[in-house]
Amino acid sequence: MTTTPASVVSARDLGLTFQTNDGPVNALTGVNLDVRKGDFVSFIGPSGCGKTTFLRVIADLEQATAGSITVNGVTPHEARQNRSYGYVFQAAALYPWRTIEKNIALPLEIMGYSAAEQKERIDRTLDLVNLTGFGKKFPWQLSGGMQQRASIARALAFDADLLLMDEPFGALDEIVRDHLNEQLLKLWERTNKTICFVTHSIPEAVYLSTKIVVMSPRPGRVTDVIESTLPRERPLDIRETPEFLEIASRVREGLRAGHSYDE
Amino acid sequence: MEKPGFFKDRIMPVAVIVAALVVIWYIAAVFLNAPFERDTAARAGTPITFSEILPKTMFQERPVLPAPHQVIAEIWDTTFNKAVTSKRSLVYHAWITLSATLVGFGIGTVLGILLAIGIVHNRAMDRSLMPWVIASQTIPILAIAPMIIVVLNAVGISGLLPKALISTYLSFFPIVVGMVKGLRSPETIQLDLMHTYYASASQTFWKLRWPSSMPYLFTSLKVAIAISLVGAIVGELPTGAVAGLGARLLAGSYYGQTVQIWSALFMAAALAATLVIIVGLAHTAVLKRMGMKP
Repeated sequence: MTTTPASVVSARDLGLTFQTNDGPVNALTGVNLDVRKGDFVSFIGPSGCGKTTFLRVIADLEQATAGSITVNGVTPHEARQNRSYGYVFQAAALYPWRTIEKNIALPLEIMGYSAAEQKERIDRTLDLVNLTGFGKKFPWQLSGGMQQRASIARALAFDADLLLMDEPFGALDEIVRDHLNEQLLKLWERTNKTICFVTHSIPEAVYLSTKIVVMSPRPGRVTDVIESTLPRERPLDIRETPEFLEIASRVREGLRAGHSYDE
Repeated sequence: MEKPGFFKDRIMPVAVIVAALVVIWYIAAVFLNAPFERDTAARAGTPITFSEILPKTMFQERPVLPAPHQVIAEIWDTTFNKAVTSKRSLVYHAWITLSATLVGFGIGTVLGILLAIGIVHNRAMDRSLMPWVIASQTIPILAIAPMIIVVLNAVGISGLLPKALISTYLSFFPIVVGMVKGLRSPETIQLDLMHTYYASASQTFWKLRWPSSMPYLFTSLKVAIAISLVGAIVGELPTGAVAGLGARLLAGSYYGQTVQIWSALFMAAALAATLVIIVGLAHTAVLKRMGMKP
């Protein structure tokens, strides 16, 4: 097993079997994958293909039962101990009794940042997600899209180079989603983070990623890894270019090859 | 559309019910107290008509059911016309009971919260303790109260504390049950978030579990404070009825002083209502500070 320093996530023959009351369920089998520093990797596939599970293995929220995985060159547990990733969930998961700025301060309080540094980081991340001025609001006073942006700010507030996002815009409408995708790309450009992004939208995956991992279910496995040829600078209308459509069709083919639409 | 007024929406419904209850009460008082007047008249050998009985049922010394105005007069007399340090003052007795209630409620709340924390964080405590907590409430408090008084008296503890402990015995239960549920109320996603930060158990407790449990805590506190009062009153019964609302009830029943019993009962009810309202106000204030959606 070789792990180059530039490899942020490196999985070898990774497998995960859940023991359920109905017998063992193969959530992941034989996953080999490398995520390089600065990559924007999308995981796409139908539900049950293990894309979220894989993200949770990286985050040490689940433990692999076969193969090996390193995050920043160490085990996921050590990586979590080092606070080396920020996680954005499907729902914003803001604490309702905390204001937006207090929510962003949550990881900072836990990790022991000074009050002055907390303030500086709150202001900086609020600006990064275009929520300046909303710090004193409570979550219920914000729209769904704004709440999800606040949760991204919370994941960016501390110094983690890896951002794990589990269908963060899945519950939002398409207009808000387009807007947030555009903002996310800008944010990625500005912060030089490595991003792992789970989605089941083909245009979203193609638009955002430098690398698209196509997965298929029963058992969850990787069927194709597509390196995007799109430039890093991507206006929204890049989605009508032949190049974009070509990648999108390759993703669609990959999904079809996984027999994911047969059942 | 008509604007809903405070009087129409809040006062009217309550007033109507109270008026109906008073009417029913007066009718019941007449019928329950009439036999005594008939017996008295029969013994004296003088015939008596219903119109003669009616006013007499309103002013008996030891009525089966005192009329509302008799109870109100007694409450007024023993509340405002007696010095609060006097043993004839209802305020004096209410204070005795209230102090035991509050001490018992305080101990019960702390005990209940500590037990809940243990149950939520420790698997062994969850398995071993919860059945005992539930079993403790299946024992009738009337049966166990004298034991507590007697045992504590034997080791030299008497006065306020034994009564307070009976309040504690009743009040810790809703706190444990409510807080176990409250401390477990955070969603998986909120707990996962703490996990990704590598937060310690105490950080997860103070920053997530404790604030999440607040609505559950206050709901439990409302139940607990009311039954704390019941516990304190029950605790006063086996002490030989020295002082307190329980003592007034017991003394009243010894001497057939039904007016005294009823006025003590009303004082207890008013006290319970006041305590529950105070907890309710604290609940609203805390949730408001926590920015909960109005």
